[in-house]
Amino acid sequence: MLKKIKLILKSVREYKKYALITPLFMIGEAAMECAMPFIMGLFVDEIKLLNNSGDFFHTSDGSIPVFYLALMLLGMAIISLLCGIFGGIYASKASVGMAANLRSDLYKKLTNFSFENIDKFSTSSLVTRMTTDINNVQMAFQMMIRIVIRAPLMLIFSAVMTFVGGGMMGFIFVGLIPIVAFGLLLIIRHAMKLFMSIFKRYDKLNESIQENVSGIRVVKSYVREDFEKEKFAKASDAITTDFVKAEKIVALNNPLMNTAIHVSNILIIGLGSLLIYKSGHFETKIDPATGHIVGDWVGGQLTLGQLSALITYGIQILMSLMMISMIMVMIAMSIESIKRISEVLEEEPTIVNPPVSLNNVVNGDVDFNNVSFKYKKNAERNALNNIDIHIKSGQFIGILGSTGSGKTSVINLISRLYDVSEGEVLVAGHNVKEYDLETLRDNVAVVLQKNFLFSGTIESNLKWGNLNASEEDMWKACRIAQAEEIVKAKPEGLQSKVEQGGANFSGGQKQRLCIARAILKNPKIMILDDSTSAVDTKTDRLIRRGLKNDLPEMTKIVIAQRISSIEDADQIIILDNGHVDAIGTHEELLKNNHIYQEVYYTQNRVGGDK
Amino acid sequence: MPPVRIRERGRARKGTMKTLLKRLFKLYPAQLIVSLICLVFNVFGNLSSSVFVSLATNALTQAGKDSFNPFVDVYPISSTFGFTIYSNVSYLLIILGSIYLVGILASWTWNRTMAIVTQKFMNDFRKAMFSHMEDLPIKYFDTHAHGSIMSLYTNDIDTIRQFISQALPSLIQTGLVSIFVFFIMLSTSVWMTLVVVVGFIIMVGVVKGLGGKSSKYFIKQQAALGQVEGSIEESIKGLKVIKVFTHEQKSAEEFDTLNEELRDYATTANIHGNVMMPVMGNIGNFLYILCGLMGAFIYVFGWKNLSFSGYEPIKGDPARFAGMIALFLMMSRMFANNVNQFSQQIIFIVMGMAGASRCLELMDEKAEKDEGYVYLCNIKYNEDGSFEETDEHTRNYAWKYRHKDGTIEYRELKGDIVLDKVDFSYDGKRLVLEDVSIYAHPGQKIAFVGATGAGKTTITNLINRFYDIADGKIRYDGININKIKKADLRRSLGIVLQDTNLFSGTVMENIRYGRLDATDEECIEAAKIANAHDFISRLPEGYDTMLSGDGSNLSQGQRQLLSIARAAVADAPVMILDEATSSIDTRTERLVQKGTDQLMEGRTVFVIAHRLSTVQNSDAIMVLDHGHIIERGTHDDLIKQKGVYYNLYTGAFELE
Repeated sequence: MLKKIKLILKSVREYKKYALITPLFMIGEAAMECAMPFIMGLFVDEIKLLNNSGDFFHTSDGSIPVFYLALMLLGMAIISLLCGIFGGIYASKASVGMAANLRSDLYKKLTNFSFENIDKFSTSSLVTRMTTDINNVQMAFQMMIRIVIRAPLMLIFSAVMTFVGGGMMGFIFVGLIPIVAFGLLLIIRHAMKLFMSIFKRYDKLNESIQENVSGIRVVKSYVREDFEKEKFAKASDAITTDFVKAEKIVALNNPLMNTAIHVSNILIIGLGSLLIYKSGHFETKIDPATGHIVGDWVGGQLTLGQLSALITYGIQILMSLMMISMIMVMIAMSIESIKRISEVLEEEPTIVNPPVSLNNVVNGDVDFNNVSFKYKKNAERNALNNIDIHIKSGQFIGILGSTGSGKTSVINLISRLYDVSEGEVLVAGHNVKEYDLETLRDNVAVVLQKNFLFSGTIESNLKWGNLNASEEDMWKACRIAQAEEIVKAKPEGLQSKVEQGGANFSGGQKQRLCIARAILKNPKIMILDDSTSAVDTKTDRLIRRGLKNDLPEMTKIVIAQRISSIEDADQIIILDNGHVDAIGTHEELLKNNHIYQEVYYTQNRVGGDK
Repeated sequence: MPPVRIRERGRARKGTMKTLLKRLFKLYPAQLIVSLICLVFNVFGNLSSSVFVSLATNALTQAGKDSFNPFVDVYPISSTFGFTIYSNVSYLLIILGSIYLVGILASWTWNRTMAIVTQKFMNDFRKAMFSHMEDLPIKYFDTHAHGSIMSLYTNDIDTIRQFISQALPSLIQTGLVSIFVFFIMLSTSVWMTLVVVVGFIIMVGVVKGLGGKSSKYFIKQQAALGQVEGSIEESIKGLKVIKVFTHEQKSAEEFDTLNEELRDYATTANIHGNVMMPVMGNIGNFLYILCGLMGAFIYVFGWKNLSFSGYEPIKGDPARFAGMIALFLMMSRMFANNVNQFSQQIIFIVMGMAGASRCLELMDEKAEKDEGYVYLCNIKYNEDGSFEETDEHTRNYAWKYRHKDGTIEYRELKGDIVLDKVDFSYDGKRLVLEDVSIYAHPGQKIAFVGATGAGKTTITNLINRFYDIADGKIRYDGININKIKKADLRRSLGIVLQDTNLFSGTVMENIRYGRLDATDEECIEAAKIANAHDFISRLPEGYDTMLSGDGSNLSQGQRQLLSIARAAVADAPVMILDEATSSIDTRTERLVQKGTDQLMEGRTVFVIAHRLSTVQNSDAIMVLDHGHIIERGTHDDLIKQKGVYYNLYTGAFELE
């Protein structure tokens, strides 16, 4: 755990100075807050001694005059105010800054993950880690630098002051503090344990609400409203029972503090009075002006003024105990968040650059030598088994297979989005592991199954392919990808806005723009993973023709569901269940591969007139 | 689909506090009254401390003056309001001890009671909200961002809890303490109280100023956080693209810009919050000094004091004066502390009210109305061809009319569905469907083809009354569907949607969702029909495998197979398949189709599909365009027509 906290604290960086300076201000504030009741006691004592002199500026017995005490108090209040304000400012800067750094670090970490890393976390869990969890850490961190030093200091200062101002009376607190601390600890430990388990179930409850919200059509179609209500009520009731149990424990907190304060008050008043009465004596005199008998207890181990100051300190001591307990709760709560965040930070990218790397891909040859692959080390089944494929630079390759047959797995290995489990994948005669990652991926363009445009403009999206692409390059790429009309149809052309996720383009348009984006990379190998599924067959053909004519050197690997998309390929690879079922041309396969035949006849059933 | 509204997270609407408190009080009147009384005792106990310290000080002074033993003798210790109190320190301690004891008991009682009440209230509120949500029409879900709806449960409800369990007691406590303290202060010195009042006004100003700014920046911070969240989500979803294009560095830079903005607003908002406490606390300290000096002036210069108790400091009687000034100063501190404490709660009140008003808004939404009086029932046929109602699951159904005069009429369910000149609009302005007429005879397979937004899904939404038509008629076996009980209408329609929503639970439970009384064997049979049995058997725990997070451990295709199995087990007399096989490859689809064809034999089916091969064998294909049926006929008819369908089929057009 300590290691995890250290890991997270690494993100403080430039805000370290603020994080260090904050406690100093907090110490100042605490010191003032503790000293003030003491001076206030003197102040009150002096005010009442004004009786004869009426002089605010001088005293007869060498004690500090009222005016100066008032000034002192004023000064202390100002110091306390300034310390409080600066402490607040720096604490904010430090904690918020640290959170921002942490978020940035997580983000960078994330972008360096391989697909294998990413598959371990769900999107929503990553978003939660980067928002809610970081927020929890931010609050805990702020608490730490503001209060972790301040509260114990207050406790110690106040305790010392009780001895300074109250002598033996201080022992009341020495006895009381451990009892209260123990009580608080007990409450926290019991309650926290319950809360932790409740929160997990509470998340589950929210998850089921989420399912209901997004699946409301299913709920209503099957008329399951009452079923869902009942299910929800049951879960909610069960959680409530536990919540009540936990809250009942927490509800002991206030009474405990009340009891502690009350007991200390009774002891202070009782023992204090006894001390004043037994150890001191009452001095009386007759006031000459009024003829009243006046007097005060003097010479004892305690004065009346000190008695009331003790009460204030008592409350301060117990308040700081309360604060300490609050911090403990906060920290305990943030521990889960810390764990979740460090889980991401500690995750090592599984695919990294080799120490000595090749920086040039000479051609588009691709070879799979007896490759087997599984997504997880402990997975029972291989996603790919003994794959042997040999592709020459410039060839057009089609891959066909049913869902789960391993088509996407095959191509993911080429640009090293995953590493093979056995065997080797070669690009231009070299193992992909020998290449610099950026070089490799710049030369192997993949148009993914899930098309994704980012918010921005068409141009900003195309430039992902090549940051320095000229307008001419972009138009050319669009022309090859049959996306020219799409861009031209928009009044702002290349500058047209793209909404988040490319929501303002249809599936077919997105696919064509994504292909244009990949062409701009000018890669040696281009992989289209079912990326023309929403494009009509004619355009599909034009895209293929464009790729063939304009980029003859480039190796083209096309995964498709439509036979028409791959029938003129140099080689068609039929995958089934992670194995290569057959490799051949359209004519060959149509003659002797039953999977290919089946697909072909399904797609060309009844009046299929092609 | 109608446009989705994303709720602005603004201020609370008026009357929220009243509604919320009313609801709370109605449910737990006794507990709340007991809590309030206990709270009064608790506060009273806490306040007694200062009064009794002052009394004890007086008692000691009087004892010294008149040579009494303050622990044994009984003597006059103080006089206020014209009464002389006879007591001594021991008695004072006993009385204080008793008050404390009551106070502690009261504190325990109200804390515990409120804790229980809060949780029970929240449970009740949560259930009521969920239950009401389930009854809302689909329109609500289509027009509200799901994130906003979820946020009611994850964030807003929590702010209500904080309000009830923390802010509300604090509000009452502060009010009570202030009243008590104010009274004691007034009874000591009106002049000094005035100083405190001036201080209070300043404090209110500070709370308004700082608090106002704080909430302004808080709102900005939330907006920035929303942007950061959006960016993270986009990046994670598009991460594969980022990798493939080695765009890591650049996208990190872009993220940092947003992140910096968030940091700026968050820092400012946070500073305002942090600074509040020291400012308020030290205003209290300044007040303390001012009051002390004011008291000294009154005393030294013999200013005329004004007080409710008629207290008048006597020059030359320091002890008497000391008692007064000490008490007053203690009170002024307590007062300031209280206001300070309360100022910390204001944000919770504001947030609680905003959260509550959003929740109440959902509760005020109108639930789906159902005025149908025609029910669906299972029937079994007698040997003579007549039928009678039965409780068994027979796969044969009838509509059951319950006429006003008490007579019951049955009409056999055949699956004849007619849309007669139907118009429909989501927003009341733009027609999404216009003059659509469809005749689906029992056992026919009707397909809808057309671009996104052409109105295919809308038609199915009308048949099961997720939405109500604007004009025209829809008849089910000759019955206007408005007359059929909604639940029964929907039970008679098996629907498989493109978005396959599964629920947390085992695979078996998810299949059984279609018909709750289905046996394990029936569920497995349904899975076999949907061609899902194979992959289910390969799952680590087969049918007992837990699905979590909307079945994210399954592929999209597998999830579609499961939802088909779910529909198969429901075994409804009419089926609607809305892009049900879009994520399944053609080969598997053929296998599935064999199963569903067998299942649907003799039943009416509506099919929406992107892939034309799926709809080829339909009895009628409707080609939709912008809410109109532009072509209709069998596959062969339409191919012969050489129209839109022909072009789509030959791949000359793309569907967009």
